[in-house]
Amino acid sequence: MTVVHDNLEKTEAKMRAEAVSVFYGDKKAIDEVSIDIPTEYVTAFIGPSGCGKSTFLRTLNRMNDTIPTARVEGSIQLDGEDIYASGMDVVQLRARVGMVFQKPNPFPKSIYDNIAYGPKIHGLAEGKDELDAIVEKSLRRAGLWEEVKERLQDSGTALSGGQQQRLCIARAIAVDPEVILMDEPCSALDPIATAKIEELIAELNGRYAIVIVTHSMQQAARVSQRTAFFHLGKMVEYGRTSDIFTNPHEQRTQDYITGRYG
Amino acid sequence: MSPAILLFLALGLGLAGWLAARARAWAFRRDSAERRLPSLPVYHAWYVALWIILPMVAFIALWSAIAPGLVTQQVLASPAAAELPAFGFQRQTILNEARAVATGAASAVFNPQAAALVEPYREALFYYNTIGIIVSLLVAFLAGTFAFLRLRPDFAARSKVERIVMAILLGASLVAILTTIGILASLVFETVRFFGMVSPLDFLFGTHWGPDPMANPDNPDGTRYGAVPLFWGTLFIGAIIAMIVAIPLGLMSAIYLTQYADPALRRWIKPALEILAGVPTVVYGYFAALTIAPAIRDLAIGMGVSNPSSESALAAGLVMGVMIIPFVSSMADDSIAAVPGAMRDGSLAMGATRSETIKRVMIPAALPGIVAGIMLAISRAIGETMIVVMAASTAANLSANPLESMTTVTVQIVAMLTGEGSFDHPATLSAFALGFVLFMVTLGLNFVALRVVKRYREAYE
Repeated sequence: MTVVHDNLEKTEAKMRAEAVSVFYGDKKAIDEVSIDIPTEYVTAFIGPSGCGKSTFLRTLNRMNDTIPTARVEGSIQLDGEDIYASGMDVVQLRARVGMVFQKPNPFPKSIYDNIAYGPKIHGLAEGKDELDAIVEKSLRRAGLWEEVKERLQDSGTALSGGQQQRLCIARAIAVDPEVILMDEPCSALDPIATAKIEELIAELNGRYAIVIVTHSMQQAARVSQRTAFFHLGKMVEYGRTSDIFTNPHEQRTQDYITGRYG
Repeated sequence: MSPAILLFLALGLGLAGWLAARARAWAFRRDSAERRLPSLPVYHAWYVALWIILPMVAFIALWSAIAPGLVTQQVLASPAAAELPAFGFQRQTILNEARAVATGAASAVFNPQAAALVEPYREALFYYNTIGIIVSLLVAFLAGTFAFLRLRPDFAARSKVERIVMAILLGASLVAILTTIGILASLVFETVRFFGMVSPLDFLFGTHWGPDPMANPDNPDGTRYGAVPLFWGTLFIGAIIAMIVAIPLGLMSAIYLTQYADPALRRWIKPALEILAGVPTVVYGYFAALTIAPAIRDLAIGMGVSNPSSESALAAGLVMGVMIIPFVSSMADDSIAAVPGAMRDGSLAMGATRSETIKRVMIPAALPGIVAGIMLAISRAIGETMIVVMAASTAANLSANPLESMTTVTVQIVAMLTGEGSFDHPATLSAFALGFVLFMVTLGLNFVALRVVKRYREAYE
């Protein structure tokens, strides 16, 4: 069923999903998806609206737990450890698998406190100096430091949309995660802000395993090295981004990337 | 004829105008080529009906305001009135008596002087009533005719009617505001009279409260009008004890209902809590006076307090706090629920636990709404009367001991107004000064609360 291209380099999977199905009540939203997510590459999930790509993304750090009717079958592993096992600590999991949302959602706190939030709740910093250092490092990595260093005490919600989204990325980086999930991070941003986020993703690539859900095929082509195409809750095809866009094996993938639907 | 009957007459005439105008509009429609009018016939009908009713009602209102004065004038001009005593209380009584007999409200006079005035009164009333009826019918007829003649096939009746309806709605919303202004004006007037007798400094800063309604009103003892114990009692019961109960319980119930409760449970508990806000305060008063106050006294005796009061600030404050819980929890609930779900998801995705998320993200984000709710609750608590009247006694004590009996501004307003002093005695007038202070304080609190709520609404839009 799922076509996995056979010319992929051997990589070690940071996260591995095996036959994952997600149900909302009786409705099956995701049907037996299996995929390996490496640290070396940016992985993009593409597909038409309602295909389940965001749902699948949210299973990777158990954000679906907040929806009472959602149920997950199959196994998802992080470094070989089943994240749905009963002994798994969701708090620890989410510290290791961070997430950036579709709409920038900074807390109504200062820029500094937005970044310091994660390190504080996870006890990552001892004392003010260490916390200051984490805040600066995270903001630098997110490419926001030069723009906000003079006004760290201003409200995070006062920034522009693109800056807010980079603030959210900095906030995710601050707890030093291993995986960063991005759920259409640019869909609420203008082209200039989008370009900055894409640049940032390229810089972060390799340091973190990055998974990005996107509506824009151009964006997937620009930022990712691996692409998975989802349709009607199934993963249809997975391979090198260049292959998926130039030489898809499946008719449905072909139809989607040529704009036949979606 | 009484104004009520005239009002019915106005409605009847309006109905007649309504039917006539509708018939006329239908006739226009039959005659017109494309069988369409810019306005539906019903708008023509309402246009005429409103033109009949509104001017007539306005005239009736005006007439019932000025006619009594005209009647009295005519009576006073009659020869029988020459015997009346000069201005004053007695003169007014005689006039009122004669008037009551003339209108049929009383069957006979008590004061012989009034008997002579009954007949002039009857004549004057009849005279002015007749004028009133004729003129109001004339007004209705003229206005109705004017409106009816303006009807044309292309007459824009719809927009005219909608403009009149808008004016009526505007008037309705002004009534509440104008009433408030009127109340304030009357309060200010009596307060100024009071401060003419007792120095505002004595009133606002004095620490002894014990007005004597039997004392000589011309030279009141300012030291007996120190309202500080009342302000303290009000604050202690309404803003301190009640809030110690209401704020934590209200907040915790709001957090539980918005963050933890099963939706099915929330559907039950939230309305149930809000129903609590509708329980008459006098019922809480019984509860405070008959159950809580004795229990607290027994507890105090058990703890070795000698001779505790059976009416304590604590009893009133506790029950008032329970009464206020729905106000705090309902506002807090709304503002926590209004925090975007993206905030919560953002925090959870960072690996924060549910309680960390609530404590560090949800509550701070909802804080302005919560604070506004608390301020509204405080202004409600310090204006509350029944519970304190029943449970906290009327003794003005300046004390920080919650087991002591205490009194509040509202209780003293009741006590002073229902006391034995005459109406212009400073002890009675002090009620207005107290009411004025209370009004200003609650007005200020509500003002601040609304400002806070407004700022908070802008934060997420």
